[in-house]
Amino acid sequence: MIQSDHKPIIEIKNVSKCFGEKTALEDINLSVKKGEFVTILGPSGCGKTTLLRLIAGFHNASSGEIRIDGEDVTDTPPYKRPVNTVFQKYALFPHLNVYDNIAFGLKLKKLPKPEMEKKVKAALKMVGMTDYEYRDVDSLSGGQQQRVAIARAIVNEPEVLLLDEPLAALDLKMRKDMQMELKEMHKRLGITFVYVTHDQEEALTLSDTIVVMSEGKVQQIGTPTDIYNEPVNSFVADFIGESNILNGTMVEDCQVICCGHQFECVDKGFGRNVPVDVVIRPEDVYIFPVSEAAQLTGVVQSCIFKGVHYEMVVLCGRYEIMVQDYHAFEVGSEVGLLVKPFDIHIMQKERTCNTFEGRLKDATHVEFLGCVFECLPVEGAVADMPVQVEVDFDRVQLQDDAEDGMLTGEVKFILYKGDHYHLTVWSDWDENVFVDTNDVWDDGDQVGITLPKEAIRVIK
Amino acid sequence: MNRLSLFLSARKNWVLPYVIFSLVFVVLPLLLIVVYAFTDDAGHLTLANFGKFFDHPEAVNTFIYSIGIAIITTIGCIVLGYPAAWILSRSRSSYAQTLILLFILPMWVNVLIRTLATVALFDFCQLPLGEGALIFGMIYNFIPFMIFPIYNTLQKMDRSYIEAAEDLGANSVQVFWKVILPLSMPGVVSGIMMVFMPTVSTFAIAELLTMNNIKLFGTTMQENINNSMWNYGAALSLIMLFLIAATSLFGSDGKESEKGGGLW
Amino acid sequence: MVRRILEQAYLWLLLLLLYAPIFIIVIFSFTESKVLGNWTGFSLKLYGSIFQTGAHHSLVNACINTVAIALIAAAVATLLGSFAAIGIFHLKGGRRKAVEFVNTIPILNGDIITGISLFLLFVSLGVTQGFTTVVLAHIAFCTPYVVLCVLPRLKQMNPNLYEAALDLGATPWQALRKVILPEIRPGMVTGFLLSLTLSVDDFAVTVFTIGNQGLETLSTYIYADARKGGLTPELRPLSAIIFVVILVLLIIMNRRAGQLKKN
Repeated sequence: MIQSDHKPIIEIKNVSKCFGEKTALEDINLSVKKGEFVTILGPSGCGKTTLLRLIAGFHNASSGEIRIDGEDVTDTPPYKRPVNTVFQKYALFPHLNVYDNIAFGLKLKKLPKPEMEKKVKAALKMVGMTDYEYRDVDSLSGGQQQRVAIARAIVNEPEVLLLDEPLAALDLKMRKDMQMELKEMHKRLGITFVYVTHDQEEALTLSDTIVVMSEGKVQQIGTPTDIYNEPVNSFVADFIGESNILNGTMVEDCQVICCGHQFECVDKGFGRNVPVDVVIRPEDVYIFPVSEAAQLTGVVQSCIFKGVHYEMVVLCGRYEIMVQDYHAFEVGSEVGLLVKPFDIHIMQKERTCNTFEGRLKDATHVEFLGCVFECLPVEGAVADMPVQVEVDFDRVQLQDDAEDGMLTGEVKFILYKGDHYHLTVWSDWDENVFVDTNDVWDDGDQVGITLPKEAIRVIK
Repeated sequence: MNRLSLFLSARKNWVLPYVIFSLVFVVLPLLLIVVYAFTDDAGHLTLANFGKFFDHPEAVNTFIYSIGIAIITTIGCIVLGYPAAWILSRSRSSYAQTLILLFILPMWVNVLIRTLATVALFDFCQLPLGEGALIFGMIYNFIPFMIFPIYNTLQKMDRSYIEAAEDLGANSVQVFWKVILPLSMPGVVSGIMMVFMPTVSTFAIAELLTMNNIKLFGTTMQENINNSMWNYGAALSLIMLFLIAATSLFGSDGKESEKGGGLW
Repeated sequence: MVRRILEQAYLWLLLLLLYAPIFIIVIFSFTESKVLGNWTGFSLKLYGSIFQTGAHHSLVNACINTVAIALIAAAVATLLGSFAAIGIFHLKGGRRKAVEFVNTIPILNGDIITGISLFLLFVSLGVTQGFTTVVLAHIAFCTPYVVLCVLPRLKQMNPNLYEAALDLGATPWQALRKVILPEIRPGMVTGFLLSLTLSVDDFAVTVFTIGNQGLETLSTYIYADARKGGLTPELRPLSAIIFVVILVLLIIMNRRAGQLKKN
């Protein structure tokens, strides 16, 4: 690990970026230390490439400040920034051969020829492409083009190397090899790498620090171990690795009830009888024939061989729990499960029900989410009184036909909670509605949303 | 009927009508040019037709002069057309489409009427007809064929090349000379082909624009055919064909043509 | 901002230059003067005289011939070229290269060589030149452009579409009509319009293949006219009308294309 007492090379302060109406990045704060390997990780459309392009200078921030090496570069054009980029599809100039592609930046700096040749040769050697100088870039394979793209960037000796999903176009085997080489290269060059990817495994393998992003916001920043073991919210837990995310209740410090069993854990300070999210990694669950040691017992529902281990789903009461083990248990067999205290991760729930800002129309009608809803009679109602509205997750109804609902929305994020799905639905009113349901929906489904009047709690 | 449908079900056979048509109306006529060029009136083999050309300084001069005019026209079209294509490629696409339509529109008015109108324009502005008018008329007639291919390549160019160049330290002037211009060369080459080839063989336009004062090679060819000197006319055509073949080889040089900067 | 204004000014200046001769023709179609460029007061007499039967019979005839030749040649070229493109698309290796090479000959040749070579063909075969020979010649130089318009559409097409249609029970003809045709139709339309333009605008090929039986097209009429010493005054209103009709047609087409995109 790189020592952390260095001053930051990149500082991003309160940066936002909008494209027209659409907000791509919202209030991003990030500080990257010199020599660090930082990975920006997130699903497609989360704004990670936009953030990289802001650092490179291809976009200008709508607000906020970007500093590189202490200097404000917020409005500096890309050709004056001490950073270089490895593009997703390489962007090697097709009219130049390998040598001229790599020498492009040096020629612009008017470097003397012998020195230039020395540097290009050194860069080629660094990426293992000696003797390829005079090859046409179109004649190279994907992996070779990738190496040339890296050489073209590092030959300019940038303070920071930006890599935009550089391995996305390579096949699996090639990708694994390149990962190791990149790591090696980072060590030898000693410069800062900022790496963008949607592949969590790649991020865990390569990085000193991972920045998890979703919907234009930073969700968590930390070392791979931190992010894996201590995800701050259910999005991070779900996105990084496989996990069982279950509803639980913190009875007291170090005691949590989940799946109808009281487990011992190591987390403290949540208070008494507080609803929480419980994260258990499938590889942390012990599975064995039923015995006294079992904390939970259940029946194996499915068993799939995954190359090294088996992945099994065990039904314990009404909860499905995913388990990974080197031994297979037959489908239908009864098994016992056990989780050690320090393998149980407790996360504060971000919310326990939907809350909306609204205003009363009259005693039985309240307006929020851009619609007027019928509600149970409110005592002492005054028209236009601002109120808070709460709706439980499991009381929200979704309809297949978007027309049938009171308002419409799009399913954006689905989390399986063992016995039900927790959905995030982006309503037309641009506010999220959270739903617990047993029905199966897909990402991107257009749905109708209905809120029955009994479900609406008005709080003055 | 059954055999016919079997024959048609192999779709590569659908090319046959066109192949037969082309053999009769494209290949055979070209072979006839060669035959006529190497024979005399009586049908005997001879090289006299070519001897006649090279013995006539007037004909050779016309030939060289025509090439010169074509080169100047082509350069004029590049110099005037490239900036236009560049500006169009950076405009909103619906706006660019409309403007391109406006550039094509004059093409629908008969070429001779357009040329006569150019003559009228020169008269109107009291400019003398002659070489200047000839070059203006040629550029006027052919500049759209330079603008489209260049516009097409510029418009299709991947923006990441420009970003990569900026990233490596090139300012906007350097980006243009080191990346955009070289990458748009296929478009320029097809533009050159589409302008140079027709200009070098034009006739009629030149007569009208210069009051018959300047003669281009195309006119020489036409006059000979009209005066029933078919063999000599065929020899001149063959010389022209040779020039065209040489130019096309320059155009399809290397891999450029495959990347296609064509009109389509 | 200044740069944008300069850029736009350049484009419009170039367009103005391109249109200047046409504007002159249109303007001088509203005067009676025999010589272009000589304004003798506003008059619609020239417009009247082209619609008078008999008065300028040969000019109107030349116009009709031009349109007839263009329509027939463009239609045949579109059909021949589309079939050829499908065929070429399914050819491989040397044969494909050979056909593609022959296809580029008329495009590269320049119209004067095409004209002379076809002239020699018809003379050698002893064919009397006239309407048919002109149409054949026009088909010969239009078809390659149709092929070039249709081929890219085929290349963009999903290669499994045709097989999918056959798999779902379509006969080869049905598959052609219902799957391939809709895919290549835009290319065919472009090819047809391009052929029309080339045919109407052509002079060099026509002049060598029209023979001496008295047949005239707009091009040869104007050429003969110009050699005698100037434009027949009636050509000015005729050109103006052609120009306006085409302008209106293009605007309508553009509007419809825009609306289709919106929908």
